[in-house]
Amino acid sequence: MHLPKHFTKVLVISLVLLCICLLASLVLGSRLVILDDLIAGLFYPEIESYEASVVRERIPRTVFSLFCGAALGISGALMQSVTRNPIADPSILGVNTGAALFVVCGIAFLNISTAAQYIWLAIAGAMITAIFVYGIGSMGRAGATPLKLVLAGAATSAALSSLVSAIMLSRSYVMDQFRFWQVGSVGSANWSDILTFLPFLVIGIGLAIMSASALNALALGDEVAIGQGVRTGTLRIVAAFAGVILCGAATALAGPIAFVGLLATHVMRLLLGPDLRFVIPMSAISGAIILTISDVSGRLIGSPGELEAGVVTAFIGAPLLIVLAIKMKVRSL
Amino acid sequence: MKLTHQFQTEEIVAGYDNKTILHGLNVDIPSNRINVIIGANACGKSTLLKTMARLIKPLSGKVILDGKSIDKIPPKQLARVLGILPQSPIVPEGISVTDLVGRGRYPHQSLFSGWTKKDYKAVAEAMEIMNITELANRNIDELSGGQRQRVWIAMALTQQTDILFLDEPTTFLDIAYQVEILDLLTDLNRKYGTTIVMVLHDINLSARYADHIFALRKGKLIAEGEPSKVITSKLVKEVFGLDCTVIADPISQSPLVIPKGRYHGHKDSNR
Repeated sequence: MHLPKHFTKVLVISLVLLCICLLASLVLGSRLVILDDLIAGLFYPEIESYEASVVRERIPRTVFSLFCGAALGISGALMQSVTRNPIADPSILGVNTGAALFVVCGIAFLNISTAAQYIWLAIAGAMITAIFVYGIGSMGRAGATPLKLVLAGAATSAALSSLVSAIMLSRSYVMDQFRFWQVGSVGSANWSDILTFLPFLVIGIGLAIMSASALNALALGDEVAIGQGVRTGTLRIVAAFAGVILCGAATALAGPIAFVGLLATHVMRLLLGPDLRFVIPMSAISGAIILTISDVSGRLIGSPGELEAGVVTAFIGAPLLIVLAIKMKVRSL
Repeated sequence: MKLTHQFQTEEIVAGYDNKTILHGLNVDIPSNRINVIIGANACGKSTLLKTMARLIKPLSGKVILDGKSIDKIPPKQLARVLGILPQSPIVPEGISVTDLVGRGRYPHQSLFSGWTKKDYKAVAEAMEIMNITELANRNIDELSGGQRQRVWIAMALTQQTDILFLDEPTTFLDIAYQVEILDLLTDLNRKYGTTIVMVLHDINLSARYADHIFALRKGKLIAEGEPSKVITSKLVKEVFGLDCTVIADPISQSPLVIPKGRYHGHKDSNR
């Protein structure tokens, strides 16, 4: 196996960045914590200063933002590979808005309230939306072209998010509590949420890594892939399923967070080249970094309150989308 | 040396949507030879190639490899015997020559096996045969059309199949590159005995390089055999609807088709 040119360098730098993000997420925020408090918060549960308890409260949030970013990063890489579309991403295809709508409906009409229930609803919503958008996007002669998919996704996403707003606005008592369903935030996660999320993360990442070399073949076109012995139909279903459960589960707990998958995958593609056996797993790391940085900067910018991570990612992601769309005229994946 | 295989189609009917393109074709591919399928545009030659290479499922009939219908053979196992280079594969952005050529090893690798010595050797060999060793670290986007096509063929070679299908491997190349590619494919056949089945547009290059020609017309096989026996002015008229004279190619002695057209060579031309 030929390692991409800068693989070791990229891996080391990514891991260092990941550690920095982890620390930053524990330390930074509307209340700055100094090293002593950090150590007290992490390793001395008997010390009960206010700062130490701030650190303790930030631990699940940090872990969750790392996991959630990883899930969204891989989900983006998978959706791009399955559709062979450089601007596929759970948010652009409307998949995480679909997930959010299902959860909001569940809260409003079915009185559900636990993370475990959210997750199943979100995955169902993500899956139905993915099938719907892909179905609309593949209508007509040329099949699912990147442009048609994106248009179908954007239209669906707009329609579904207006439904989300409509349901929430008429129930102002839940509105504040569930504000993150509109933009996405990792702030309210607790340990039991994380435990509920974990199996989906593990299964999704496992399937993604197992599909990577077949997706490499698919990147050369369906005909080459079939010629190399890939069952393209099965591969697409498995990889899309993994992408959908990853983004559905992340959305269930964080709300719809846009563009992380897009950003995470393109950074890694740029640094490592097109080999998906590296791009897919590394997108988990870049996704975790991006979401955590967004969360931390949201806390700093919004101080003394908070700006949701979803707002920040949208702010960074939108310009990238425009650049890619311009480039895409010249070439599609 | 590549193995000898029995490869044939049995009454295949194939097409798209409601349009039938192949009407019950029986083709028996001579093993370890260079086989070329010729025919006019839309006669079904590419459809035949794709059906044989299992890119298209026939509506009825069978494609048979060594007595077994190919849809009964596990895809990865089949991919170690039968390779295909389609007409327009997709180049992932920023891929290097070595990376692309290496992707041909997919059917030889299992889920968690890393790269073995065998894999590296296959890649090095294929690059040497296609004369692209010095391009190894280049980016595909920087290469000329002829170099690119050699890279794609090298990728197909690393799959190390006994049978190799190629769909118009010389299209979009200028004449020097066309000859270069066909020479390299001939090397491959003569040195290793690889069975080659390809669609070519140029009837004269087909006549020169093929050991065996299949001539199609409207989804039916109307002639097959050695070029010197098959390619006659009568056949060219039948297949392409073209009046011509066939002479012996002064270099290879294979048949050389000289088209007549309306402006030249006729006393009664419509000038």
